[in-house]
Amino acid sequence: MTYDESTLAALTKDAAEIKSRYPVERSALLPMLHLVQSIDGYISPDGIQFCADQLGLTPPEVSAVATFYTQYKRRPNGEYQVGVCTNTLCAIMGGDEIWRRVSERCGVGHDETTADGKISLERLECNAACDFAPVMMVNWEFFDNMTPETALQLVDDILDGKPVTPTRGADTVATFKEVSRVLAGFPDGRADEGPSAGAPSLAGIEVAKEQGWKGQDS
Amino acid sequence: MTDLIPVLSATWGLERSWNYDTYVSKGGYDAAKKALGMSPESIIQAVKDAGLRGRGGAGFPTGMKWGFLPAPDGGPRYLVVNADESEPGTCKDIPTMMAAPHVLIEGAIITSFAIGCNHAFIYVRGEVVHVYRRLLKAVQEAYDTGWLGKNIQGSGFDLDITVHAGAGAYICGEETALLDSLEGRRGQPRLKPPFPAVAGLYARPTVVNNVESIASVPSIIANGVDWFAGMGTERSKGMGLFSLSGHVKKPGQYEAPLGITLRELLEMAGGMREGHELKFWTPGGSSTPLFTAEHLDTPLDYESVGAAGSMLGTRALQIFDETTCVVRAVERWAEFYKHESCGKCTPCREGTYWLTLILHRLEAGQGTYADIDQLIATCDSILGRAFCALGDGATSSVTSSIQLFREEYEKHVELGACPFDHAASALFDYEPSPEEAHA
Repeated sequence: MTYDESTLAALTKDAAEIKSRYPVERSALLPMLHLVQSIDGYISPDGIQFCADQLGLTPPEVSAVATFYTQYKRRPNGEYQVGVCTNTLCAIMGGDEIWRRVSERCGVGHDETTADGKISLERLECNAACDFAPVMMVNWEFFDNMTPETALQLVDDILDGKPVTPTRGADTVATFKEVSRVLAGFPDGRADEGPSAGAPSLAGIEVAKEQGWKGQDS
Repeated sequence: MTDLIPVLSATWGLERSWNYDTYVSKGGYDAAKKALGMSPESIIQAVKDAGLRGRGGAGFPTGMKWGFLPAPDGGPRYLVVNADESEPGTCKDIPTMMAAPHVLIEGAIITSFAIGCNHAFIYVRGEVVHVYRRLLKAVQEAYDTGWLGKNIQGSGFDLDITVHAGAGAYICGEETALLDSLEGRRGQPRLKPPFPAVAGLYARPTVVNNVESIASVPSIIANGVDWFAGMGTERSKGMGLFSLSGHVKKPGQYEAPLGITLRELLEMAGGMREGHELKFWTPGGSSTPLFTAEHLDTPLDYESVGAAGSMLGTRALQIFDETTCVVRAVERWAEFYKHESCGKCTPCREGTYWLTLILHRLEAGQGTYADIDQLIATCDSILGRAFCALGDGATSSVTSSIQLFREEYEKHVELGACPFDHAASALFDYEPSPEEAHA
């Protein structure tokens, strides 16, 4: 392994914390792979070896798991993972056109990264926000009700190094590595940022209010 | 309709709705307090009597599932909350956890107490980082206020909750694949039996329940069996979130008693978008056979939707108007299942590959009439022969769309092109690219 002493010490400490969450150590593997990505920006050979050492597995056993899941990247990832949902509902509501324009602007296709390392582009599968279609995700934060114009502005801002703000999420999108650390189960203190819900999530309770339905208290 | 709703979504619009203090100010944790004074058996009985059925798609009675756990043998028993929401069209659990994570924690406390579990897990998909942040915070708040940890509220009951982020795999919504994933393995389904109730997480008795099922439990304990059973239909009781998306004026989450119809829901959502009419819709996500305007008055409960040839699923109503090409829609769903097939069994792995290939050439105008029959034959080779429900689900939209819209498939062959203007379906105006125009 090529991790320097302090990196390895920090990783080892975090890995111990992750293992302590589970009755059986192997359950720590998925969060530990997120942790590796928070250091290396992808599932590196060093990261695989580290997880294997921590959990008493062989590197092929760790690789077998890592390659199953799309969030684990096999090559150094861009600073921002930009996804355009092209599953049926979003695609038809305009996601296909958004994808075409975004891909053209970035000059890369699915699962490719811009030369400056800023953006890794992805055709997303459904991200459970169909009532906000068409949807994009940047580092797993929601960008709702997109149009080609707002989508291009978004990628331009990222390429220009400007902070971007999701519709429902933290005040600004954290980097791929920072978000990977959260996914490993280490809070970044940003849970209180952003709204409780978007307008479509509240559509039903608006109707209930108009109708005078009182709900649980009635 | 009933004036008893909203229940699940009642607090979503409140300022900082996700915080412990907000939740408690609206009666949060009263149900857990009450439950800790009840016997576990009486909680299970209440959930059985209320008639709560699983809200994750299959509709299995929740209380009965809990009752399947074998008698305690001194070893651990687990509750695993399935928060891996990713069925196309389904978008109810994510807003629930974003706006009201404590209702899930409270439900998990009551459920764990009822089934004798001291360590529960919430498996949330990894692609929603803000939801994960809110869950982590809610769990921390619950520890800080004595609702988790040792001797909860002086009851003598201990409970830990671990919130676990997945890493991008639809198949992990299948309960046994989820368990394998939670054990740190590839998320592939297990052979059943044994069912998770007997040998689940770490081969121990385990209950796996959907977010909305668990989130419904506090309301049943707080308001009583009769209150809950007073909503819905004879065999599909209670309320649920109906997720309307697509070509409707106001897409969103509409909480309603089971048995409501699309016609009623559309009224709430302002109808179809201006100047357009309903063509087809999914009642319960992309794995459920398509419905059309003929089914506007079908009660959306498990029995009625089943009798009409589809499934209530997750009440994920993806709604498409007459501008939409059904072949394009189905091709994209097929691509999804191909992408998400775990590869464990041949019918699903190979079948979804071929479905995608054939649908792609049909949509591109390069298909033949024989391709349409081949799609049906390929679906026949998958349905009922796949290892888990993913394969079956992949066939639903293909088979039903050919039954309902065969002439539209044939039109693609006849014209050698897709007869639809894709730009007309989009929610914004654009000039189709040359490639798309000749697709």
